[in-house]
Amino acid sequence: MTDTTRPPVADWTTDFDHTHPDYAQHAPEIWEELREGCPVAHTERFGGAWLPVRHEDVAAIARDTEHFSSEGVIVSDFRPEGLAPMGYAPPITSDPPFHAGSRRLLLPAFSPKEIDRWEETTRAACRELLDEMLADGATEVDAAVAYTQHIPVRVIAEMLGVPKEDGDKFRVFIHRVLEAPGSFAHEEIPYEETLDYYLKTLIAERRANPTGEDDLVNYLINVEVDGQPLSDDHVQGSIGLLIIAGIDTTWSAIGASLWHLAKTPEDRRRLVDDPDLMVFAVEEFLRFYAPVTMARIVAEGAEDAEIGGCPVSARDWVLLPFPAANRDPEAFEDAHQVILDRQRNRHLAFGVGIHRCVGSNLARMEIRVAVEEWIARIPDFELATDDPDAVRWSTGQVRGPRELPIRILSTNEVS
Amino acid sequence: MRIVLDSDACQGHGRCYSLAPDLFDSDDEGYAVLKVDGEVPAGQEEAARLAADNCPEFAITVEG
Ligand code: HEM
Ligand code: SF4
Repeated sequence: MTDTTRPPVADWTTDFDHTHPDYAQHAPEIWEELREGCPVAHTERFGGAWLPVRHEDVAAIARDTEHFSSEGVIVSDFRPEGLAPMGYAPPITSDPPFHAGSRRLLLPAFSPKEIDRWEETTRAACRELLDEMLADGATEVDAAVAYTQHIPVRVIAEMLGVPKEDGDKFRVFIHRVLEAPGSFAHEEIPYEETLDYYLKTLIAERRANPTGEDDLVNYLINVEVDGQPLSDDHVQGSIGLLIIAGIDTTWSAIGASLWHLAKTPEDRRRLVDDPDLMVFAVEEFLRFYAPVTMARIVAEGAEDAEIGGCPVSARDWVLLPFPAANRDPEAFEDAHQVILDRQRNRHLAFGVGIHRCVGSNLARMEIRVAVEEWIARIPDFELATDDPDAVRWSTGQVRGPRELPIRILSTNEVS
Repeated sequence: MRIVLDSDACQGHGRCYSLAPDLFDSDDEGYAVLKVDGEVPAGQEEAARLAADNCPEFAITVEG
């Protein structure tokens, strides 16, 4: 469901709206136009927001935690206030000095060695989904609905130690928070169907009936820092973050990678013929189709804050479109071409600076395994439509295909 | 060839230890650890350059 009530955008330089369906379908063209005209766009919508598109400006803001606060990371009509330095979802909404400690709590579970342990789970989930998708001899499938959207849900549910059926609920929560922020404020959602209720119930049940399992929910409930357990808000905020941050982001990246391969037969063949290419190809997909745009709020009292020479005011929103930065010709050779074996690729898909994505090792593994399993089973495929608008891209700050019609041209037997 | 890791700049993107596993390792939190004493062993020059060219934080430098 997209929000169709938003007024049309008159001028992307002075009136941009990243939650408008036009942005979802045409963001890369919009960034390019801005880069050549005014690389720091502004809008009065959302109470005032900025959109820089140059790599240099985006990276500088992400690193400048003094002038730009993470108290608000999802731009909407609702602007968080008075929540710093922890914010509602530590560490992503936290500022220094609180940030480092809450981040360090999560890092070990997402280190490369720990993530290696989840590769088999991921592979098994992918194979099962492909089996189901192909069971009735289907030749046309919606890869977003039948495949990509399920993969990260299965894995994070296991890491948290919750039933995999909860994954359907997760996708609803995420849609509300990320894809249509604010547009549900006027709708009555029964409290029992909210993320807040889900998390409070989960934590209360675990506290009442400890399971003793080695999973992330138990870890956050029990962990102590300087002899003290975490506050309830901290536990809830971090579990909520792991649900929100890892699912439609990764699903978008897998979907965009398959979309690219579906419409680019040369790249499809190269990848099938040369599996060693995969480590570079995953990074190139992440660069070119980076799904995540973050945001900041100009810090209270930051009188001298500026973006690429443009003065900004305290409490203004600032979007950080990492995908736009990743297509800046100043930072990348042949920025507008997908080069599967690109050798110099300092892309910002996972951000830059102290908030670098905690889940980046997990996300990379999921993208690689999902693409590997798909091409092992379905080495030849194409878009099942000539109409580019039939591939619907999500609105808001996470961008990826939500409908991905694919025609299957050949399959391999299961090994 | 010399290789230097600036641990203060490293944010744990992990590009180095996946592209140059003989030169870099990950600590328990995902931050980089240099496995060699600063001198790049023969045959590892290409891997060293790849690691430096792909670190988003510019935390790795190679010389020579
Ligand atoms: C392709 C998939 C993903 C992309 C593109 C992505 C992107 C990002 C970006 C750009 C940030 C930086 C936020 C900022 O600067 O404010 C971030 C932070 C974060 N991500 Fe991801 N992410 C992905 C998958 C995941 C997964 C799978 C998880 C874990 C389950 C995860 C957990 C987090 C957490 C906890 C943070 C906060 C880090 C901090 O503030 O210190 N992400 N992600
Ligand atoms: S690539 Fe750079 S930031 Fe990432 S782990 Fe290596 S040194 Fe650290």
